[in-house]
Amino acid sequence: MEHAVAATPAWAVLAYLAAGVLFILALRGLSSPESSQAGNRNGMIGMAIAVGTTLALHPTGLPLIIGAIAIGGGIGWVIAQRIQMTAMPELVAGFHSLVGMAAVLVGCAAYLNPVSFGITDAAGAILAVSRVEMGLGVAIGAITFSGSIIAFLKLSGRMSGSPILLPGRHILNLGVLAGILVLTGIFAVDAAAAAGQGPLLWIILGLSFLIGVTLIIPIGGADMPVVISMLNSYSGWAAAAMGFTLQNTAMIITGALVGSSGAILSYIMCRAMNRSFISVIAGGFGAESGGGPAAGAAIQKSYKAGSADDAAFIMQNAETVIIVPGYGMAVSQAQHALREMGDLLRKEGVSVKYAIHPVAGRMPGHMNVLLAEANVPYDDVFELEDINSEFGQCDVAFVIGANDVTNPLAKTDKTSPIYGMPILDVEKAKTVLFVKRSMGGVGYAGVDNPVFYGDNTMMLLADAKKMVENIVKGLNGGGH
Amino acid sequence: MDFLSILSIFVLAVFVGYYVVWSVTPALHTPLMAVTNAISSVIIVGALIAAAAGAITEGGGVSQWLGLLGVVLASINIFGGFAVTRRMLAMYKKKDKKPAASK
Repeated sequence: MEHAVAATPAWAVLAYLAAGVLFILALRGLSSPESSQAGNRNGMIGMAIAVGTTLALHPTGLPLIIGAIAIGGGIGWVIAQRIQMTAMPELVAGFHSLVGMAAVLVGCAAYLNPVSFGITDAAGAILAVSRVEMGLGVAIGAITFSGSIIAFLKLSGRMSGSPILLPGRHILNLGVLAGILVLTGIFAVDAAAAAGQGPLLWIILGLSFLIGVTLIIPIGGADMPVVISMLNSYSGWAAAAMGFTLQNTAMIITGALVGSSGAILSYIMCRAMNRSFISVIAGGFGAESGGGPAAGAAIQKSYKAGSADDAAFIMQNAETVIIVPGYGMAVSQAQHALREMGDLLRKEGVSVKYAIHPVAGRMPGHMNVLLAEANVPYDDVFELEDINSEFGQCDVAFVIGANDVTNPLAKTDKTSPIYGMPILDVEKAKTVLFVKRSMGGVGYAGVDNPVFYGDNTMMLLADAKKMVENIVKGLNGGGH
Repeated sequence: MDFLSILSIFVLAVFVGYYVVWSVTPALHTPLMAVTNAISSVIIVGALIAAAAGAITEGGGVSQWLGLLGVVLASINIFGGFAVTRRMLAMYKKKDKKPAASK
């Protein structure tokens, strides 16, 4: 079994390569909903090949291993069946933490038993290049783990979503990061580390767990789409680093795919908020709530409030309605009632479309999944750039649980924290129906929204789900 | 395989990832995260090696148990990730052929 990895037979190398290619095809399948299910199957086949090949190469200790797979697989399967679609962001964050922890465990196991991983030289010392990969893999894995745990706690409401600002946090974080890099460098040249001894790896590990926490706690709830994408990316890089250690193509290809996927999603989310990645990661956005001049003046302004029956009447007599969902829809689980409302309007001959802002919700694509869950056909759901020009011609924009993504100040007010963010132009619709819990709260960015006070706006102040259910009643009862 | 050929595979795979992910439709970004999550659990390969080799290496007990724990965690992710992705993707439906009279 000595130098097991270095002596990987050709068939196994090809099998791992095939697994890597199947993973590429799994992502490729997601280019359209029709091909997506086949893509997912490719991913499963790829994973089965990777696991099967590894077990065939290392056929020892099988009973325990199969037991471990059965336990983990059973837990995972049950979670996947039971989880509510609205809880998807925290589920994904939780899963990221597991990948991070698994990377940490693999790195530590390789450090303690380097011969089995084929990363030692003739004298039995761990290769320097392997120690760099190991140090980085363990560090990224640990950051992914603790960062994802914090993201999970914030997203599931077990911890406040508002930013927690430590004094001097930037210096602290940069210092810890520098410490990790320097120690990884020392780890690569240290003689004791080569012999698998000394505390260096454990210090790197501890610092990485710490920085994962301090990096994520200052980031507020609505910036979570970026955080989840970033942690997604990290989990990929952790897998890639371990792939280098094991010289395993499946792991390297996957790590690169996942790493770039998460990075691209982070970029898309930042662009949709017109903020730099650095400013999101620096955190603290929205912490100084009510600071803007607009927020102070909000109380005096007048707005029109309406009832569910008013809303039902207006929409019944409209030709086109565009529905704009946001995080509030997810919180109140209003998607099913919303779809019912859409169906009833269609029966009356109203054209109903859905408009999704890229950062609506708590993770990329969050709204699309919830609408799909409620059986809204995906060809009725449009992205910002595809539908934004239609608000000018539409009769009703029905905003439910969204706020900042509809705020026209983003176009006009250079002092606004959301200035420059692309928004859905709901104010151009003939009538805006704005479902909101109360007039008290302003959006996440702490900015008041002039749409509330527009002449063409009717505020529907209630819980989103209750309001939509009452509108549905109105549509049923008040029919022609 | 030497370091440079592995690095080559890695760099090329980053480019493949870049182009493949840009072609993913935004409507499927949540399933994308779930499935990337599942496939990044290919880290299980390392955990399996640790668990298997630890069983026959002298003094490999600790790394065997670390490996087994890694196998459990990665398996949660693999089964959970693929299953939840499948569940989500099954929900995405096209409009019915008989139009619901949208205009």
